[in-house]
Amino acid sequence: MENIDTQSRRSFLKSSVLAGGGLMLSLTWFSKAKAAEKIPELNLSEHWSELSSYIKITTDNIIKIFCPNPEFGQNVMTSLPMIVAEELDADWKNVVVEMSPHDNVKYGSQFTGGSNSVRMYWQPLRNAGATARQMLIEAAAQTWGVPAAEITTKSGILSHSSGKSAKYGEVADKAATLPVPKDVKLKSPKDFTIVKNSKKNTEGSKIVTGKPLFGMDYRVEGMMIAMIQHPPAFGMKLKSFDASQALKMPGIKDIFSFKLYDDGFEQASFDTRTFNELIAIVGKSTWEVMNARKKLIVKWENAPETKEIINGWGGRKTELIIPSGLESTSVQLAKMQEMAKMPAQQYRKDGDPETAFKNAATIIERTYNAPFLAHNCMEPMNFFAHVEADKALVAGPIQAPGWMEPTLAKILNLPADKIEIQMTRMGGGFGRRAYAQYVYEAARISQKVKAPVKLIYSREDDMTYGIYRPMYTATYRAALDANKNLIAFHVKGGGIPENPIHANRFPAGAIDNYLAEGWEIRSNITIGAFRAPRSNFNAAAEQSFLDEVAEAMGKDPIDFRLDLLKRAKENPVGKNNEYDADRYAGVLNLLKEKSGWGKPENSGKKRGVAAYFCHNSYAGHVVDMVIRNGQPYVEQVTSAIDCGVVVNPDAAINMVQGAVVDGIGNAFYGALTHKDGVAEQNNFHNYRIIRHNEAPKKIDVHFVKNDIDPTGLGEPPFPPVFGAVANALYKMEGRRYYNQPFNSGFS
Amino acid sequence: MTKYSLKINGKIQQVDVEPSTPVLWVLRDHLNLTGTKFGCGMGMCGACTIHLDDAPVRSCSLPVSTVGKQAITTIEGLSVNGTHPVQKAWIEHDVAQCGYCQAGQIMSAAALLKETAATNRSNLSDEDIDNYMSGNICRCGTYLRIKEAIKSAAGK
Repeated sequence: MENIDTQSRRSFLKSSVLAGGGLMLSLTWFSKAKAAEKIPELNLSEHWSELSSYIKITTDNIIKIFCPNPEFGQNVMTSLPMIVAEELDADWKNVVVEMSPHDNVKYGSQFTGGSNSVRMYWQPLRNAGATARQMLIEAAAQTWGVPAAEITTKSGILSHSSGKSAKYGEVADKAATLPVPKDVKLKSPKDFTIVKNSKKNTEGSKIVTGKPLFGMDYRVEGMMIAMIQHPPAFGMKLKSFDASQALKMPGIKDIFSFKLYDDGFEQASFDTRTFNELIAIVGKSTWEVMNARKKLIVKWENAPETKEIINGWGGRKTELIIPSGLESTSVQLAKMQEMAKMPAQQYRKDGDPETAFKNAATIIERTYNAPFLAHNCMEPMNFFAHVEADKALVAGPIQAPGWMEPTLAKILNLPADKIEIQMTRMGGGFGRRAYAQYVYEAARISQKVKAPVKLIYSREDDMTYGIYRPMYTATYRAALDANKNLIAFHVKGGGIPENPIHANRFPAGAIDNYLAEGWEIRSNITIGAFRAPRSNFNAAAEQSFLDEVAEAMGKDPIDFRLDLLKRAKENPVGKNNEYDADRYAGVLNLLKEKSGWGKPENSGKKRGVAAYFCHNSYAGHVVDMVIRNGQPYVEQVTSAIDCGVVVNPDAAINMVQGAVVDGIGNAFYGALTHKDGVAEQNNFHNYRIIRHNEAPKKIDVHFVKNDIDPTGLGEPPFPPVFGAVANALYKMEGRRYYNQPFNSGFS
Repeated sequence: MTKYSLKINGKIQQVDVEPSTPVLWVLRDHLNLTGTKFGCGMGMCGACTIHLDDAPVRSCSLPVSTVGKQAITTIEGLSVNGTHPVQKAWIEHDVAQCGYCQAGQIMSAAALLKETAATNRSNLSDEDIDNYMSGNICRCGTYLRIKEAIKSAAGK
C-alpha cells in the first residue's frame, strides 16, 4: 500500500480540514445511491478528517471515498469505492463518492483501460479501507481506555463489550492523527457485505437529471470555444490558408496554425501523432466557430514520408517511418494479400508443424479480414485548457492522465507539478481517450490565445481524425490425420500497422505441432487501442475457425474446445501458455449448462458459440439467431464469464450486456474505410452503429462463482461476441462469413 | 444577431444570437443548460433530444428562429429533482453506463409515454419501443435496460 505512509501522512495533517474548491468539486460533490437514502446536506466548509488519500469522514459520519480512476462507463465510481467501503466496514448509505485529483504518487497509475481498474486497485483499496478502519478502532480504544482488539465494527459503528459505542465520525479527528498501521488484516470474501452485493451507480441521479458531468459540460467564466481544422485526408498536410473571411465572422477571436509537437520531439508511446500541423479557430461560442470554419480557405498538399522518434516504455527508443501516400482500403487489402504470402516473423513454434502438415490427410485453411473501426464515443473528443505563464489547468475526458502529463510538461515547458489535470466523466472511451493529442491541442491553443479554452471536435472531426482499430487479416490452417485427429495448427496474422498475433494463447498449449507468425504494413493512418485490442479480431477469426475444424472432425464445438483444454491442462505443450485451462473450461461448461446446449428443445435453434480469454478473464457466449425482415437478427444471447470476484453484480451484468450489443453491432456493421486517404464514413448517417431495434431481446449473463481476486471485465466479454455471431450466421445460412463487417455479405 | 424570447422549462429566457443557431447551442453555450448533449450535429444520434411542446425533436438541427412560442423542455426541466417516472425507472434499472446519451434517451422515452398515455399506456410492446427509440444511439449498448425501464415507467 504505497498511499498511506508517514511521509504522506504529514502532508495530510497539514490539510486535514479541507474545504476543497474549484469547479471539479462542485461538479462531483454529491454522489448518492438512492433518493430514499437521504444524507445530511453538506456545505463546502464542512470539517473533514482525512484518514487517507482515499477516505475522509465528517463528524456527522459522512464518509467520502475518492475514486482514483477516471470513469468512462465501466462504473468505477461505484465499484472502486465499494471495495474501500467493504474493508472500512462503512455504512454504504453514508458514503459519498468523489473523483480524486490527479496525483500518481498518492493514487497510483490512475489509468482507465485494459480492464485493469478493479484488478489493479483491488488490493490497494482493500488495504486503504482496512487501514482506516484500524485507525478508527485505535482512536476509539484510546478514547475509551480499552484494548483495540476488543473493539468491533459494523456499518460505520464502533462497539465494545462494555456497551460503549461510537460512530466513525465521532473519533475520525483523533484517528487522523494516529500513526498509520502496517499489515492490517483483510476480510475473508465470505464476510463481504458490500462487495458482491449490487449497488446503484453513485452518479445515476446526476446522469438522469442532466447535471454537468462531462468534459463537454466543463466551463469557466471567460472561456472560449476552439475547433481545429485537420487535413481532409491521411497523407496530406497543410500548405497554406487564408482566414481573412473567417476572421470577419461574428464572435471569432483568432485563427492560426500550430504544430502539435516541435520538430524533433520525442513522443511517448501514446503520443500518437496523426497530423502535426493544424489550424485552430477560436471564438466566443460553438456555432460561431463552426460557421467561421466554413469560411476558411485552405490549401493542402501531399505529406512526405516522416520519421517519428518514440520513447517507449522502459526508455526503449525507436524510430518509426510513417510512409507518404494517399491510401485506399481496396489497395490496402491487396497489399495485405501480397504480404500474407511472404515470410513472416515467427512468434512461437511447438513440435514440427511443417512435417505434420505434409503428412496430413486433410488441411483446412481459411483467411479472415477485418476493417478499421472508429471508436465513436458518444461524447466527441474535447478538452478544456487554461495555460498561463507559470502554470496550467487542463480538464476533461481522459483515460490515462498519468501518460499525458510528461508530454504536456514538455510541450508547455512547465514543470509537471505546475500542471493540474482534472478528470471529468467520459462519454465513452473504448481506448480512444488513452491518446491525448486533443489535450495537447487544447493546451497549445490556450497558450497561444492566453485564455481559458475548450476544444471541441465535431462528430466528423472525431470520426475522420481517428486513432482506429487496426485492419487485420489472419490465415489459419489445421491439419487432420486420417482419423480426423487435429495434429497441427498454424496461424499467420498481419495487419495495418500491427499484427493481431497472441502466440501463447489457446489453442497454443493444446496441440503438439503449432506455429504462430505475424507481419505488419506501415501506414500513415493512425491506429490504436480499441476495446480488447487484437483480441477483438482474434476471437472472431480463431473462434470461427475452431468451429469449422470441429465440424470437420465431427465434434460438437464446445466438446471439441473442452477436449483441447483437457489436453492443455493435463499435458500442456510448450511453455508460457497464458491461459488457465480450468477457468477457460469452467466458462464453457457454464455456458453449456445455462444455454441448454445440445438439449433436444434447442435443436431447432440457429446457435453459434465462442469463448475467449483476454485481459486476464474468460468469457463466452451462445448466440441464437433468427431471420427477421429478411435479415439475420441475434434474438437471444447466453453469456458466461469468469472474472473472479464480481464486485458489483448488477452493474457487471449491464457491462456484459453492453459488450454483447457492442460486439454484435461492430461484427455486423462496423467499418471505417478510406479512398485516397479520405475516410469514407464521417458521421452516423454512413457509419452504422447498432440501434435499439437491432439489439437482442434477451441477454442472460452468468458468472462463474469463485473468490479469485477480480481479473477485469470491461473488455473480455466483447471479443467472443464476434466469433459466436459468425458461427450462428453459418448455422443460419449454411455459409461461412470470413470478412467483417458481416452485413457486407448479407444477401 | 437577433433577440429571441424562448420559453424554456417554464421560464422565459432572452437570447441574442444568429437566427441559424441550433437550439442545442443556445441551450449549452448561451443558457448554460448542458444536460442536452452534442453527439452528431445532424439529428442522427438523438443525444440532443428535447421536447418542443410535447414532441421530441433533435435540438442540434433545430434553428432557434423556428421555435417561436413553442415551449422547450430539456432534461433539466423534465421534473423537479429527477422525479419523472422515466427518470425514476432509469435509476431503478441502473440503466446508465457512460451516461452521455441518456438525457436524450430519457427525453425520447418521456415523449413516448406521453403520446401513449391516453391509450394503452401499460401495454407498450417491444416493437413500439424499438420504433420510437431507434433514433437514439447508445454506444455502450444499454438498450435492453432502457427497454425495461420504459416498460416499468409505463406501468406506473
